[in-house]
Amino acid sequence: MLTFRNVTLGFAGPPVLEDISFSVAPGETRIVLGPVGVGKSVLLKLANGLLRPDEGSIHLFGEDISHMREEDLFALRRRAGMVFQEGALFDSLTVRDNVAYQMIQERVADSEIDARVLEALRFVGLEETFSYFPSSLSGGMRRRVAIARALIHHPDLLLYDSPTGGLDPVTSTNIIELIVKQRDVFHTPSLMVTHRLQDAFTMCTHRFVTQDNGMVPLPEGETDPKTSFLMLSEGRLIFDGSLGALVRSEDPFVREFLE
Amino acid sequence: MAKDPIESTAKRIVLTVQDYSLFSYRAILNLFRPPVYWSDFLMQSDIIGVGSLSIVVLSGLSTGGVLALQSAATLSAFGATAVTGQFVSLTMIRELGPVLTGVMVSGRNASSMASELGSMVVTEQIDAMRALGVDPLRKLVTPRIFASVFMLFFLTIVADAFGIIGGGLVTVFMNHQNGTQYLNMAWEHLRLPDIVQGLAKPLFFGYILSSIGCFYGIRTTGGTQGVGRSTIQAVVNASVLIIFVDFLISRLILTLFAGWM
Repeated sequence: MLTFRNVTLGFAGPPVLEDISFSVAPGETRIVLGPVGVGKSVLLKLANGLLRPDEGSIHLFGEDISHMREEDLFALRRRAGMVFQEGALFDSLTVRDNVAYQMIQERVADSEIDARVLEALRFVGLEETFSYFPSSLSGGMRRRVAIARALIHHPDLLLYDSPTGGLDPVTSTNIIELIVKQRDVFHTPSLMVTHRLQDAFTMCTHRFVTQDNGMVPLPEGETDPKTSFLMLSEGRLIFDGSLGALVRSEDPFVREFLE
Repeated sequence: MAKDPIESTAKRIVLTVQDYSLFSYRAILNLFRPPVYWSDFLMQSDIIGVGSLSIVVLSGLSTGGVLALQSAATLSAFGATAVTGQFVSLTMIRELGPVLTGVMVSGRNASSMASELGSMVVTEQIDAMRALGVDPLRKLVTPRIFASVFMLFFLTIVADAFGIIGGGLVTVFMNHQNGTQYLNMAWEHLRLPDIVQGLAKPLFFGYILSSIGCFYGIRTTGGTQGVGRSTIQAVVNASVLIIFVDFLISRLILTLFAGWM
């Protein structure tokens, strides 16, 4: 689905990311951990070609996007949903038009748009906001609308940029529950960036039960086998593995981050 | 070393010109390749054209009036007050109509384009648009550029007309001269090069104000302060470039139509 090979990127100075290599396989959820300002969001923007690497290659859906023309990238990006840090909703459009943005550009019939938007909003529990403007929504609601916008096309890959950043613990848990729901219901591969260890661990130790419409903890000692971790430090990938391997890691930075 | 800042500034300027050229080239090319967002073109035409109508009418009317007022005093010294109409119409159609409209619309719309697009950049809405598979250049920039070129052409005609009307009102009601004579002089001394000059300029000015407004908006960095900076740069650069390009076009037309003048 997504492969980074020896990717390096800098902005007029020392590299922000250096020699990064990892991959996201079908059905897999990868969580990128690291402190604020370490280049996590940059890594996510490289994943769908919003930024280009200085060195190395990035393959998205089997195609090398490192040097692909912007016009050619649009078709690939439509297959990958992205949730931005602050939601990045279009503030002059209603929730309906935000969620259906891609479909409106493709001139899909209004009746189909309305049905699909309601379905996506129902998934995130925000049907009532259909005709609201983003300015009248809370921070958590905006993130949920952003998730609905990313999901409406049933993408082949999902990219989450700090989806719980700046939210209170209850709202954060609601957002994580949605991401777990998406993972366990649609099994879409995803790459999630976060600096909140609690969110990452919750994703790994919980599963979504459709009958209860809620997230439940996995039995003691069990973790989701398809969810694994990457950790960035000073622009370099210092860890790539499961939750078990992460907590057992002897790397001083990983230990410090976990503690 | 004093050489380094000069060198880096020169490089920055060359890089900006290069970026602007590529940006303009892609924005123009987009009009000839699908998808073309015609609904956005119509919406922008309404915002830029209809929205600017009142300021263009008022500034045209006042400028024509001032021209008649000021020229009458000077012309009367030579006993030539009869040519007030010719003076006002030629000045409005050749120079002040296009330039004034360009600068007024630039103040109104280049600033709004830069701030609107700049705000979208700093709130990641442009990146979100790209991530959704929509080209922001095609969706946001191309409709604004072509709406500006299209509407500035007509706004200039409106400004010219109201300038001549303003001059006529001052001539009749304040200078107490003959209105028919004013209109005859305004009409009879118009030549093809005057019309060509007056109608060619807004095409360039519309392009300048919109492409510069969008260019600075899309390049915004540095949060809300950056949006303010982009807005100022857009208005200042667009206005200065309009006046400079006006000089170039005037010189070119005077050369091309040397036999007509």
